[in-house]
Amino acid sequence: MDTYNPANQKLIEANNILDRINQITKGKPITKWDIGASCSKDNSVQVDKGEAKQMKGSQRSAITVRVWNQEGIVGITSTSDLSDCGLEKAIYGAYQASLYGNKDEIPSFSPLSKAPLPELNRPIKNSIGITKLLELLKDSENKLLAKHPAIKSVPYNGLAESNYERVYINSDGAIREMERSQATLYLYAKAEETSRKPRSSGSLRLALGIEDLDIEGCIAETAEKTISHLNYQPIDTGNYLVCFKPEAFLDLISAFSNIFNARAILDGVSLSKRDSIGKRISVPSFSLYDNGLNPAYIGASSFDGEGTPTKGICLVDGGEIKNFLHSESTARTFGVNPTGHAGLGAKASVGPDWLEVKRSSKYDLENSKYSLKTTKTTFVLIESLNALHAGVKASQGSFSLPFDGWLVKDGEKISVEAATVAGDIRDLLQQIVDIEQEEITTYHGISPHIWVDNLTITGEA
Amino acid sequence: MVEKSTAIPGIVLDNEFSDSRWKQRLESLIGFGSMAGADFVEIFLENTDNVGFLAEQDTITSVNPSFAKGAGIRVFSGKRDGFVSTNDLSEKGLKDALLQALGMLELDIGINKKNAFLGLNNLKDFGSKKNNWLFECPSLEEGCKKILNGTSLLNRKGNHLQARRGSYSRSWQEVLVAASDGTFARDIRLHQSIGLNVLAADGDHRSSIGRRYGTSGKPRQLKEWDPESSASDVCESALKMLYAEYVHAGQMPAVLANKFGGVIFHEACGHLLETTQIERGTSPFSDKIGQSIANEAVTAIDEGDSNGAFGSLSMDDEGMEPQKTVLIENGILKNFLSDRAGELRTGHPRTGSGRRQSHTYAAASRMRNTYIKKGSFKPNQLIESVDKGLYCKSMGGGSVGPTGQFNFSVEEAYLIENGKIGKPVKGATLIGEAKQILPRITMCADDLDLAAGFCGSISGNINVTVGQPHIKVNSITVGGR
Repeated sequence: MDTYNPANQKLIEANNILDRINQITKGKPITKWDIGASCSKDNSVQVDKGEAKQMKGSQRSAITVRVWNQEGIVGITSTSDLSDCGLEKAIYGAYQASLYGNKDEIPSFSPLSKAPLPELNRPIKNSIGITKLLELLKDSENKLLAKHPAIKSVPYNGLAESNYERVYINSDGAIREMERSQATLYLYAKAEETSRKPRSSGSLRLALGIEDLDIEGCIAETAEKTISHLNYQPIDTGNYLVCFKPEAFLDLISAFSNIFNARAILDGVSLSKRDSIGKRISVPSFSLYDNGLNPAYIGASSFDGEGTPTKGICLVDGGEIKNFLHSESTARTFGVNPTGHAGLGAKASVGPDWLEVKRSSKYDLENSKYSLKTTKTTFVLIESLNALHAGVKASQGSFSLPFDGWLVKDGEKISVEAATVAGDIRDLLQQIVDIEQEEITTYHGISPHIWVDNLTITGEA
Repeated sequence: MVEKSTAIPGIVLDNEFSDSRWKQRLESLIGFGSMAGADFVEIFLENTDNVGFLAEQDTITSVNPSFAKGAGIRVFSGKRDGFVSTNDLSEKGLKDALLQALGMLELDIGINKKNAFLGLNNLKDFGSKKNNWLFECPSLEEGCKKILNGTSLLNRKGNHLQARRGSYSRSWQEVLVAASDGTFARDIRLHQSIGLNVLAADGDHRSSIGRRYGTSGKPRQLKEWDPESSASDVCESALKMLYAEYVHAGQMPAVLANKFGGVIFHEACGHLLETTQIERGTSPFSDKIGQSIANEAVTAIDEGDSNGAFGSLSMDDEGMEPQKTVLIENGILKNFLSDRAGELRTGHPRTGSGRRQSHTYAAASRMRNTYIKKGSFKPNQLIESVDKGLYCKSMGGGSVGPTGQFNFSVEEAYLIENGKIGKPVKGATLIGEAKQILPRITMCADDLDLAAGFCGSISGNINVTVGQPHIKVNSITVGGR
């Protein structure tokens, strides 16, 4: 029989929620309210040596209700129960929470919550169903195993498709709706050779739908990366010239995005201060943008948790901080407009969408020193950083992170057996010695290869 | 609606799954699945009521109640399984989810292949004496006062503090598990955790220190918490680390303090003893039962029944009572941690370790309270045995790669010189591989203690306890500058 596939139905009705909340709040001591709600449907599969291992499906819903009581104080509650009873209970909970709300910093509706939204132009792709997902993943596993005799298994793998809808509504008349489809493939292979340690590596691909996924590219990249680590050697502890691949550099700079986070600055846990706009934080050749509207950003939303339209923003240009990321509340404190980077909360969180690292206009072409293709000097090429949650002290600036990569000598790449790179992000940004010209689009941002001198690498003895 | 409730917002006023009508509904669903040819059908129902709040400096800046209901339905056909989760607990919602799970396994709905399902057993209600737990928890007002007292004490006891934070989270969960082997069990879980964190700054010097205290099944935890000693502990560490120099990288002996020092064993070894890793072929220990994998000083346990410990359970998320599982005894590998799928796919018997974050995850073999047993030495004997090395008083987080290599940051560390604890150093990470490090744990002290933590893995984030006495590792790679 065909698999049960309930996709392609409307998951969430904004006007219906609006009517129900208006009904529930009628006559209650609530002066205003807003909500963020989402629903999703997902299918995913995992395989093991040609057999289905686990197939998953889910229907999820979530709603966050924010209410302002008669004293103007905010309370919030979240629930997965979108029934009338669930909504009523959430509003009651939010009201109760408002009685303990923070009187010193009261969020309000975003002044841009009714402003026109940017056109994302992301077509919604149809679900293909679990049976086809399984066939595709089995085929991918087979092809990957056939790439090299040393690739013995693909212990971590998954192919998933999802449909997601989100709304933001407030009592001032703002209604925002968006929907998105997304497909994900990850393959993580393990290779083994006699008397050698097993080596592993993986790749990820995202697309709007399964038919757009670069499956062959993911297979080829996983195989290439895994095999390239078979010939490994320990690395001596010391200071090295390091070239970060785009994925690795984006991971690192994202982990320290509190530098540009107005919420963190106000909370005293950022490396920046309120007056840091205009201050130099890196070499002049470095620029950084956040652009949640980039067409390559599969997870893009046209508005943030407070209904503010998403927009691109320059964070660093020519080495100087140009802007911070804001919620409604932090923007009001700084006297600027919100930037579309907030969550929905009694204290709204702030975070980047899609970082783009670029050479600035101050980059001096004549002083270009390094290139992955031509540099003969010994350097360490860092492919990916691991354990960022544990090895980054964002409020201190320090990091110490295990990595996958290679020691490159005279153009020859030798995989590094196990090692850690450590430093301080403020020093690192000043130690950038080159930014390559080619900007590479990854699944979580855009960056060229970034060259940094004098980073400490500890090898495992 | 205008009065200030004494209860924490979002509080559930009924215990949803104590209603006997559920049995009939679940039997009907499981019977349907069995007749469609499923070898095994399991339904996990969940009802949660959580609250968290945050104090920054001397203000409550965030109160976040949340509640949820949902079901996870898992169907096995041979060794394959289909899993569907839904927030819709209506009869139709559950039936749709079951149909979807059966469809994934291409089971023929409507054709009665077999029906070995004999109905559910009588309810084993582990939650019957826990129905009032939620109401015995502190009110929001009490909780806020206590946490604000904590941040105020940080201010009094600390120096150069740029940010002070106190947090509290309460997670209440009612679960009902029903399966085609007759399993029918209900439980109520209550987890609470309290955190204190500071960021100290003086010029370019910075240090951030945090501590978490967590329990399960102790509604009065927050009331009984001693903020005075917690604040002293945090402030003392923050000040010591503020002016610490970066440690030099290298290979050296290390003494790891008790409590949260156990996170290394948890991450570097414990995960490799879960049948989810054995299934994948990613554990170097998969064929080592009965063999020496650690120094004979090491005996390691995973259990779910320490009173009040963060990882304790009355039953796991597959309805099985937890066991005390000896993982390693005097260096010899004895057992793996196994769940239902693990038993099916690897043959290792279930240990009451099937755990999941919520109904949106299928259960997987996961750790509970995991620790190295105490030895015979005094902690100072371990320090005195080291000429030049590192004392890791407080560990940060870490991770383990798919082939067992680990990396952990050390939050608070001191050099050991000539058998004495010397100056504080920062930026240290411990790097190694479980297979190589376990034989190098040569001394265990007699001061076993446990610490609460959260573990993220295949079935989501779950509450766990890690622990150990002070231990000495003869030689380990220390990452630094």
